[in-house]
Amino acid sequence: MNIIVLVKQVPDTETKIKISGDKKSIEQGDIKWVINPYDEFAIEQGLKTKETLKAGTVTVVSVGPDRVVEALRTAVAMGADNACHVKIDQEMDTYLVAKALAEVVKKEAGQLVFSGKQAIDDDQAATFGYLAELLNWPSASMVVKCEITNGKAVVQREVEGGTRFTIELPTPAVIAVDKGINTPRYASLPGIMKAKKKEIKTYSLADLGLGSEKPKTTASDFALPPERQAGKKLSGDTTAQVKELVRLLREEAKVI
Amino acid sequence: MIDFSLSDEQLALKDMVRKFVQAEIIPNAHRFDASGEFPHEIIRKAWENGLMNPAVPEKFGGLGFGITEDVIMNEELGAGCLGMTTSIAVNTLGLYPILIGGTDEQIKHWVTPFLNEPILASFCLTEPGAGSDAGSLSCHAKDEGTHFVLNGSKMWITNAGHAELFTVFATTNKELRSKGTVCLVVPAKSPGVSLGKHEDKMGQRCSDTRAITFENVKVPKENMIGQIGDGFKIALKTLDKTRTPIAAGAVGAARAAMEYAIKYSKERKQFNQPISNFQGIQFMLADMATKIEAGRLLCYQAAWALDKGQMKVGSYYASLAKRFSADMAMEVATDAVQIYGGYGYTKEYPVEKIMRDVKLVQIYEGTSQIQRVVIARHLLED
Repeated sequence: MNIIVLVKQVPDTETKIKISGDKKSIEQGDIKWVINPYDEFAIEQGLKTKETLKAGTVTVVSVGPDRVVEALRTAVAMGADNACHVKIDQEMDTYLVAKALAEVVKKEAGQLVFSGKQAIDDDQAATFGYLAELLNWPSASMVVKCEITNGKAVVQREVEGGTRFTIELPTPAVIAVDKGINTPRYASLPGIMKAKKKEIKTYSLADLGLGSEKPKTTASDFALPPERQAGKKLSGDTTAQVKELVRLLREEAKVI
Repeated sequence: MIDFSLSDEQLALKDMVRKFVQAEIIPNAHRFDASGEFPHEIIRKAWENGLMNPAVPEKFGGLGFGITEDVIMNEELGAGCLGMTTSIAVNTLGLYPILIGGTDEQIKHWVTPFLNEPILASFCLTEPGAGSDAGSLSCHAKDEGTHFVLNGSKMWITNAGHAELFTVFATTNKELRSKGTVCLVVPAKSPGVSLGKHEDKMGQRCSDTRAITFENVKVPKENMIGQIGDGFKIALKTLDKTRTPIAAGAVGAARAAMEYAIKYSKERKQFNQPISNFQGIQFMLADMATKIEAGRLLCYQAAWALDKGQMKVGSYYASLAKRFSADMAMEVATDAVQIYGGYGYTKEYPVEKIMRDVKLVQIYEGTSQIQRVVIARHLLED
């Protein structure tokens, strides 16, 4: 079974985000890039599925500038068999990324796609669904358990309150995984050494027949969240403090 | 053209070891330090992820890492726990004599099993009466034609309680001092081998350290590495290779101590402000950072020279790196405890452990005093 895993490179969660002068993007200079944590679960799930089925290959694919090759090599070091890089140096949106991924899935004869449920930078949680629509495949997200058997995927989705419900999808399908589905393995040292010699397939948008495509959405403005206000300290005895607190909650915070 | 940057693979290696340390070593270090228990599980995981035996050449199925990669790994491991670092890294020490002095067949026979299973080896040079004076070995190997008969004892042997294999340095003739020494591979289960107790140490407490006694242990001639007379040379060449990664472990431990101290100094308030506002604290931190960078650079320089095959100057740089890194790590750890004040003196905070762990680096793999002897010898030779 040809398993494809979508990998996105995102800024490390410790990064102090700075907005560019024209407010249309974030400053990239000091950013430490990492594999989107949810995609690490996806890579692991791809590897585990291949191991359980005792057959198939795992191909990781990432859309981005040259720096994403490092993410692909880490995935190969974890055990992925092949890696594809869709090299872009222009503004993208979910639509264009999904279109590019759909072409790669077709070129690689993919039969199953794993992805993280969302990327931790823009939190859109949209790519997997868009991709499934373009491929005309079913999809499921927030998946915490996944078994592939006889032409179908049996998955458990975890939703609000920790409730889990089980659904079946016929394969081929797109499965977007959540934390808790597995424990991603380390890139072993022998893996890292092998990965440096691995050939990575590079595609441009033109190679995928998308040379003249443009994004349908653009970011118009970035802003940092408002500064946290200092807390208010209440004074007086307990009764006075409680009275004042209730007043503030009702009149200022307007939550009661 | 001087280039201080690491290659992509070296950065990936550093990253991977750091992740491993954060997930597996740091959460468990305190517990193993308190109990002195041997960290079997963690060593097994380290082995599974390729962190052990990095120096075994590619032609024997290993990673063929150089000293530079070993230095990178050991700094990251040292920042997690020196006790576990020693347990993991000393395997390399135990196998190096075979890699350095053994024939291809001997390497295939003795070393390959370590690539297939998470087993351990110990380097057995030091004796109760032979520490810094490593040439005055008493452990005796009597040549009986087809085999040697080994009698004597070794002291302070790391991993002894859990090793499959000992590389033992013994003398065939005490009067010849180093020229009569021989290196023998002794399986741990050989009849006549007995182990002392796991020493109750000040620091690096989870590292297994014991005495070993050999009583009429028969060692086949095939287990001899090199020839009679080569033993001491092989031991010294081994130590030339391992000295720098050991120094890097101290750099890592010092770095961890400094990072804890920086964090604490920003949180701890006295006189209505974080103590990090005070120059007294700032000067200590600045000195810590300088020492750590200097130690790291000495390690990289030694690793670079050794990897280029410049063994003589590499060995000299390695002594500089070990002497400096061990001593500065002790200073940095002591200052870190000082910055933490009363809290740092308790086991609930991480810095007193680092201070206890790092003290040993000034003693093993050649004391800081012996390193100075070696350095001066270099400077004074014609």
